Formats: sequence, C-alpha cells, structure tokens
Amino acid sequence: MSDTENSDKRELLLEIQDLRIEGYADDKWVEIVHGVNLELHRGEILGLIGESGAGKSTIGLAAMGYTRDGCRISGGSIDFEGMDLTTANQDELASLRGAKIAYVAQSAAASFNPAHRLIDQHTEAPVQYRIKKRLESQEDAMELYHRLRLPNPKEIGFRYPHQVSGGQLQRAMTAMAMACRPDLIIFDEPTTALDVTTQIEVLAAIRDIVDQFNTAAIYITHDLAVVAQMADKIKVMLRGEEVEEAETIKMLEDPEEDYTKSLWSVRSYKRRQKYRPQGDAVPVVSVQNIDAAYGDVKVLENVSFDIHAGMTVAVVGESGSGKSTAARCITGLLPPTAGRILFNGEALPSSYKARSRDQLRQAQMIYQMADTALNPKVRISEIIGRPAHFYRGLRGAKLKKRVDELLDLIELEPRDFYNRYPTELSGGQKQRIGIARALAANPSFIICDEVTSALDQLVAEGILKLLDRLQKEFNLAYMFITHDLATVRSIADEVVVMKEGRIVEQGPKDEMFTPPHHPYTDLLLSSVPEMDPEWLTTVLEERGVDNIGEAALKKQ
Amino acid sequence: MNDVVKIIFKRLGLGLVTLLVISVIIFSAVEMLPGDIAQAVLGQGATKENVAAMREQLGLDRPAVVRYFEWLGNAVTGDFGHSLVSQKQVSSAISERFANTLFLALYAAVIAVPVAILLGVLTALWRNTPFDRVANVATLTSISSPEFFLGYILILFLSVKTGYFPSLAKINAEMGFFEKLERMFLPALTMVLVVVAHMMRMTRSAIINLLASPYIEMARLKGVPGWRIITHHALPNAWAPIINVIALNLAYLVTGVVLVEVVFVFPGIGQMLVDSVTKRDFPVVQACCLIFAATFILLNLAADVGAILTNPRLRHPK
Repeated sequence: MSDTENSDKRELLLEIQDLRIEGYADDKWVEIVHGVNLELHRGEILGLIGESGAGKSTIGLAAMGYTRDGCRISGGSIDFEGMDLTTANQDELASLRGAKIAYVAQSAAASFNPAHRLIDQHTEAPVQYRIKKRLESQEDAMELYHRLRLPNPKEIGFRYPHQVSGGQLQRAMTAMAMACRPDLIIFDEPTTALDVTTQIEVLAAIRDIVDQFNTAAIYITHDLAVVAQMADKIKVMLRGEEVEEAETIKMLEDPEEDYTKSLWSVRSYKRRQKYRPQGDAVPVVSVQNIDAAYGDVKVLENVSFDIHAGMTVAVVGESGSGKSTAARCITGLLPPTAGRILFNGEALPSSYKARSRDQLRQAQMIYQMADTALNPKVRISEIIGRPAHFYRGLRGAKLKKRVDELLDLIELEPRDFYNRYPTELSGGQKQRIGIARALAANPSFIICDEVTSALDQLVAEGILKLLDRLQKEFNLAYMFITHDLATVRSIADEVVVMKEGRIVEQGPKDEMFTPPHHPYTDLLLSSVPEMDPEWLTTVLEERGVDNIGEAALKKQ
Repeated sequence: MNDVVKIIFKRLGLGLVTLLVISVIIFSAVEMLPGDIAQAVLGQGATKENVAAMREQLGLDRPAVVRYFEWLGNAVTGDFGHSLVSQKQVSSAISERFANTLFLALYAAVIAVPVAILLGVLTALWRNTPFDRVANVATLTSISSPEFFLGYILILFLSVKTGYFPSLAKINAEMGFFEKLERMFLPALTMVLVVVAHMMRMTRSAIINLLASPYIEMARLKGVPGWRIITHHALPNAWAPIINVIALNLAYLVTGVVLVEVVFVFPGIGQMLVDSVTKRDFPVVQACCLIFAATFILLNLAADVGAILTNPRLRHPK
C-alpha cells in the first residue's frame, strides 16, 4: 500500500503472457484458464478476485511454475526475473520455490505438517537452500513471529500445529513464507477459514510484513472487502478469463464491466426488517434457559431466545460459540441438560426419539455443506419425495405432483431435475434441493445452518432471496445460524449474539446495529471488513494493534 | 503423557479380558474334539475298566466347569499340566519349541520389515515407474504362492542345485548363533517372501494417500526435494496403518508357520501343535493355543501403542 506513485519506476518482477492451463476431466484435456496476462512489479500487491472456478488459485500456483495433479500449462509464458517458468526444469523450479517465490495456503491448519514443530518447518527451506544455518534461521523465525505479533515469539515455534490456534497458525505460515525473504508471495485465501475477529489481525500482520520487506504479492480471495485492504491493483476473474484490471480505488469506485458491478452490488441486497407482533403472541419456538454439554464439557449455558412466525432470527458468533449446538438442542439431537424448549407454547420432549412425527415435521434443517448433506447415490425425486412420503403419507401420482410443486418452488425445472443425481448439480442448485427437502415436510420452522457460507456471493444472494420469498409465502420462522455479519444485515429481523456458549446480547436488528453495543458485539461489528480501502488503517488507528483479534477477545 | 499411559493400561486390561474369553473358547473346543481322550491314549485294545481308571486318573470324570477353572488357575501360574503322551511338563516341553519359533520369526522380521518399508517408500517415490510395477508384481507373486511351494522352490535352487544353504533347518541348543542363522536361512527367507508384499503395499498406499494433503503440496511449494517429501513429510504421518499391518504380519510369523516348519523340519511350536492335536494331547494343545492367542493380543496392543506414539496430537497434548 506504500507509495503507489512510484510504481512505474519499479522493476518488473513477474510477467505472465497469454497463460493457458488445461485440466484433465472425462478422459480429455479441457482448457480452464484461457489466455491470462499479468504484470507484477517489485513490492506491488495484486488482488486476484473471482468466484469459485474462476481459476484464481490455478493462476497463483502457475506463477510458481506449479500445477496441481491433473492440470498442465498448455500455452503462454511465465517470466520471473528473466526465467521462463513454463520451460524451466524441475530442479530449477524447486530452487525457486520457497526461496524466491513463497506460498501461503488457505488452511494453515491443514498445510502445516502435523508431525513436525512449526519452527522446524519454518527452517526447512532456508536450511535446504543453505541460505541460513539452522540456528540462525530459528533466530530469524522468532524475529518474524515477533513482527507478526504472535504471542511468546521465542517459544511458540517449538509447538506442534495442533497446539496453536488457527489465526496464529496463519501468521506462522506467513512467517514461514518470509523465511528466505522471497521476492514474491502468493497468498491463496489466507483468511477465508478464519473468524472475523481473527481475520483482522492476520490481515494487519500480512500487510505490515509485506510492506516492511517490500515483498511483491498476489493476493487471491473471493472477498472484495478484504482485497480492498490489501491490494494496490485488482484483477477480476471469471471462468478462467480476465474481466478487468485496475487500481484498487478505481476498481471499487468505478468498475467498467457489468460482471464486476454485479459483484459489487451483492452487498447492497437488503430485505425489510419485520418486528414482533404486538400483544402476547405465542412464539413458534421458545428456547428457555437451556444448558447443554458434550460429555463433561459444558457448551451452552442459560441460553434463551424466541422465534416468532414469519420472522428470521440470526444467531451469530464465532466458531465454538455454541450456535450449532443450540440448533441441535432444538431439533432434539442433543437433549439439553437443563431448561426447556416450547413449540407454539407446548413443551417439546428433549430427545427427538420421544417426539411425535408431527412434532418432528414442524422443525426442519438446511445444512451448510449441501455436498455432504445430500446422498450422492439417490435421485433428486427421492431426496425430496422421501420426507413428503414420510410425514404426509403421499405416494404415487400425488407424491410426484408434490415433488414437482416443490421443484417449482425452488425455481428448478421439474422435468430437468426430477431424475438427476446430486453430483450432477452445481453448489447453488444442491442448496436449493436442500431447501426443497426441508419444505417437503410442510414445516413451520426451519433452521438454516450457515447455508450460504460455502457459496459464491452471487449464488448466495439467490439463495437468500429464495428463502425470503418462501418465508413470505408460508409464514415460516427461520433460525439463521451464521458467522457472516453481512448476511445478518441483509436478512435478519432479530439478532442473537453468542460467545462461548452464552448469549451476549440480543434484540431487533436495527437496535443491534446501532451503538451502544456490548463490547463483544462491538468487536465483532468493527472487525467486519468494509469496501473502503482505508478501513483497515482506520480501524487499526482507532482500536490500536493490541485491541484487535485474540488480544481483544482475551481482554473481555 | 499420562493420557498415553492410561490408554495403554486400558488396552492391556482389554487384552486380558480377550485372553480370558479365548481361554474359554479353547477349552470348550478341545472338549468338543470327537473321540474319548482316555480311549485315544490307551489305544483300541483297552478294556472298559482301564479307560474308566484312566479317566479318573486324568480327572475327566469331573464336570468341565471345574476342570476349566482348575486349568485356568494353574495356567496363570505358568503350569499347563503334563503331556498325556510323554508325561513331561507341558511348559518345559513347549518353552524350547516356542523359543525356536520366536527366534525364526524374529530372524524373518528383522529382514522383512526394513525391506518392506524401504520397498514401500521407493515404490511410492517412483510410483508408476517400471521399478514400481516390477516390485509390485514380484511381491504379489510371492504372496500368492503357498508357503510350502515357495519353500521347495528355494530348496531346489539355493540348496539342491547350488548347495549355498542347508535344506534342513534342524537346530539344537548346542549350536552357535551363526550356525543357527545359516541353518535357518531358507525357512526365514520363505517367510520373508510371504510377508513382505503385504507390508510393502500398505506402506506404499499409506504414503500415496497422504500425497494429496495440503501439507505435502506446501512442502512441494517450499521446494523440498521429492525423496524428502516422502521420508520427512509423508512417512511420519503414515505410521499408524503401516504399524498395524506389521503387527498382523509379525503375529502371522509366530502363529502361521506350521507348513514352513514341516517343509524344513524345523523344531518349532507349530509342528508340536499339529502333532498334539492328532494325538489328543489336550494339555499341550490348550497351552499352544493360549500362547498363540496371547501373541496376537500382545502384538496388536503393541501396534495400538505404536500408532498412538506416532500421533503427535496424542504425544503432545494441548
């Protein structure tokens, strides 16, 4: 982010011309990246954004002369400091990787070898290339840990990956990428798997360190607000092709292409907020003072909230805050150890085994991973048809009619989808099938567990609109579990904020999003990246580097 | 580390329970063997009175449950009774034979385990190359051939035709260590050929399974050379399945070697078991079976502990 005005004077570091990459599928090679050009100068940060399947990671890896198994570079050139990586042999490439170009992966937890200490993995490349002696490199690692604001920088490296938190691991991985002081680092969605409060400190740490060492970077993400904080210029990708490229500020304020504009506009989707009915209306679901535990570990404490017909209650919180556990209590999968759950004013048996079929029918679930929530060996007609048969006893022509109706409801053409299998559908279509399956039972209440977090923004928006339409049509009550505050803003009526198994704060959305907040809510809200490129700088100035992320969480 | 110790003791306890269950099964199985033991020992010509006297002498007239607990009580103290045929103490008769079998198993294992792991690592490193294919075909051929066939082939080529090694593996306590090794080379080699394939293929596939992991890709992107990726990044995480297969094969080396012993006339416990079954020498049969069962249980326990010790999450708790 430093002196952009000098950028044309900087030396060209990486030049990709007409890069074409093919992937092997169904016994033939199919082109997945169609002639991409890219230029990167020393110290410059390029943001590469697009939805899944846009080819971002493939291009990022190709910049290291690497392709995943089943992919190959079929054309074009990748020129790094005068060396063409498409024609270089494996030894030349190996000596470049780690030393001159380094990689930071999406999931640090999966990308650190579980069998070795962090610092041993850190020193591997420098020792391998004889850039530094082991001890020297260890000292350097501690220095980098310190600069990345990891706690106990002298000691943390001697731990194993599973002993360190996700946000710390991601910073340790950035430190590892820095070990040989490379000229270029590829960041492949480095904060996507993190909670917002953790993401912000990782972002701040990454930005600082690339700035301090004047390292060039390709920053790959699907999150526009994140890339706005990090990049000097942004390239937008769609299905292996470049849509457009421009300086960050220009790209945010005045994108040229329609596709880019549509990406930007997703964030503006908002549905009108509804309020609780006046008087003493009975809520559809009323959770009253429940505690729950996994074995001896207490995970919920004194949780209470109500959900009224036709309303959406968003339950927000970071991973491990007890959101999904609360849902499991409501469905009866995990009987609470104390408290009770009322359904339309009547107490529900705590275990699903003791509930009547009609009680079970009333509450349905839609899951985060539509991929794993649908049986891949069963046709769509049966996936949707089974609950309709099970709960309502439909069969034969009536059942077929009902399935067609449901497919119509979720905007999928019955004739095309009736006989298909889940694997033949896209992510968004699978999630629609998940919704239809929930609707098939004619429920009055649906739990949506992170239903959009595995989807691209445009697709996610479609799902949110669909859920909204269905809610109006059938007066459904939604419990919307999410960690994404942007989604909450667009669809919730009421918000419940959870932290470590307790409810921190709850209320109507408009009140929740206006100060004064509970300190934790405040931390959550202020940690959500905004499209303003100055956002991170401003937050850091306002809160101070020690008042974000884990440090801030500890203080509470 | 306390957790690990706790797990080990828990497994050990479970192992003892398993052994107890097996002792019941063994005892009832021997009870159910057709024919009368006293009759078998005395032969066809024995009079009814003789048989009855024999039964009384052996205690066979008492109920099975009483005899079971008596046998079990003695077995716990290491006393397996007397052989019905030779009248010798079962424990002393078995111990020499069992020591021989263990020695042969150890001999084979010392060769087979390193060779199998090395081959596994190399075939994983050079996967889908001619080396990989040849190694796979060769080990599969050796595992698919019956042991006695392998044994005779080895005798034919390494003993009869060339005279490199003795074809009979008769050993006794007076022989020196190296003389024993030489005599036992062919049976050991036969067993090596039988067990290597299984362990090698598990090593290979456990490593290859891991090659798609993000941390392996990370190592590649750090410029780590191919051999180091296999030995340093993949192998340490692949131990659990490999150790399990090694344990199974070691157990096989101890308990499944009857045919090899017969082919090479090796004085091991397997032959003794077969002899005792034909002679209805039930104290010996029961003792042998119990020892085999204990071997299996102990080796599986060792595998579990090994798998735990190679898992960093359990070795270094949070």
